[in-house]
Amino acid sequence: MAEKINSSEVTPESVFLNRRNFLRTSIFVGTTLATGASYRYYSNSLDRKNADVDGLAEPPLVAGPNGEMSSSFEAITHYNNFYEFTTDKSGVAGKAKDWKPAPWKLVVDGLVEKSQTFNMEDLLKLEIEERIYRFRCVEGWSMVIPWQGFSLAHLLKKVEPQSAAKYVAFTSYYDGNEMQSPVSAGIDFPYVEGLRLDEAMHPLTIMATGIYGNPLLNQNGAPVRLVVPWKYGFKSIKSVVKISLTDKIPPTTWNLANPNEYGFYSNVNPQVDHPRWSQAQERRIGDVNLRKTFMFNGYEDEVSSLYAGMNLRENF
Amino acid sequence: MITEVKTLKDDDYKKLVFFANAIVPSLLMFWDWQQENLGANPIEFVTRTTGVMALILLSVTLCLTPLAKIFSWNWLIKQRRQMGLFSFYYGSLHFLTYVLFDRGGDLTTVPADVIKRPFIAIGMICFAMMIPLAVTSTNKMIQRLGGKRWKQLHKLTYVIAVGAVIHFWMIVKSDITYPAFFAMIVAVLLSYRWKKAYFSSK
Repeated sequence: MAEKINSSEVTPESVFLNRRNFLRTSIFVGTTLATGASYRYYSNSLDRKNADVDGLAEPPLVAGPNGEMSSSFEAITHYNNFYEFTTDKSGVAGKAKDWKPAPWKLVVDGLVEKSQTFNMEDLLKLEIEERIYRFRCVEGWSMVIPWQGFSLAHLLKKVEPQSAAKYVAFTSYYDGNEMQSPVSAGIDFPYVEGLRLDEAMHPLTIMATGIYGNPLLNQNGAPVRLVVPWKYGFKSIKSVVKISLTDKIPPTTWNLANPNEYGFYSNVNPQVDHPRWSQAQERRIGDVNLRKTFMFNGYEDEVSSLYAGMNLRENF
Repeated sequence: MITEVKTLKDDDYKKLVFFANAIVPSLLMFWDWQQENLGANPIEFVTRTTGVMALILLSVTLCLTPLAKIFSWNWLIKQRRQMGLFSFYYGSLHFLTYVLFDRGGDLTTVPADVIKRPFIAIGMICFAMMIPLAVTSTNKMIQRLGGKRWKQLHKLTYVIAVGAVIHFWMIVKSDITYPAFFAMIVAVLLSYRWKKAYFSSK
């Protein structure tokens, strides 16, 4: 049987002479190719190795907190949660490629003395620093990312918060023509997030504009995004268009979608599990084995005073 | 005599086509693994892909009887065993990935994890139920059990299908497209059987 279906042995003469054999070979090869192609399509494996398509070379790794090495640029740019494009982490890079986040406007308003609209030029004039932070996703994986960005406190001081301001509300860009519908994503758009004002003013909290010295790529939340390293990744809202100071606790997207699973604070906490999975361990991207998750993602010394006396199980 | 031989060969050919199609995704996965092209989180990728493949093959297995009856393609019935075993094959890879990488090969941490994560418990039960079905998939075992008892045992497939969909649904964060898709397929395939059982009992 086997020699009959070997396509390399099918010569035009035998095709002509043995129509049945030809048909069998075609069905065998055709269905197998179709199955293989469907596998490739649905598993997004063609989108994976295209860091060079973005025209950027893989930079050397750098040592981050506690000597932990940074994740590869390839991993950082091809394993993303950006539900506005797709819920498939390996598919975001491909789906976000054609989006043009320019010219950009960031409105900062609410309970401030001087509400302002910033363009990217204004923002890049702020003091840009490199911060190599751990990034812990609520799903149980983590990376180390060399961000470039400016302190959020610097930006907020420019607009002069009023004394009544207690919280900061963030809004992501959303355009239904360029991005998928909330129905497909299962969460509402535009994506919104929030911090307490003292969390927003904390020196670790930055607005990132670059990674590895390159301007943020679309999949990482171009052109400007929040980074709060001691909270689960979804708090670090991408592609921010609006920052509003308020006296009320702002709504946050994942909390709206599932209030039992995602709280307002969402501080990284190995003792408080997600209702459906453990948060005690994490897989650092690039590692095979799991590692321990640290309280406040390893930034306990810097941030625990923000939560002194609070029950972190109730305020999850 | 000659026609008999011919049909036998035809059977082998059809089996080969089903075999090749069922095994191709795992071969491509192994190839990508060798090429280090499984993405940033290869373990998550393999876990998810083997799980989805197990569910796809289970759905294919359940599809064959209705399709065979509707189109009178009796040869499809003969593919059920192979497709069911392939579902077990992907289910085993799924289970192994969990034990070797999620649990770091440490079986002692499995019970606590099963208690902590209910979706793991459901997945485990489904996998455990597949084992007797795989073991009794030979002609010899059908004879030993007797057709009636064998058939009853293999109705576990329906329970496994429902459990597998629930298992999938429970791990999804917000985008339920894929689990909902499989839920629909399994619902259609099961209702076909319930409808049959209902009318044949009247």
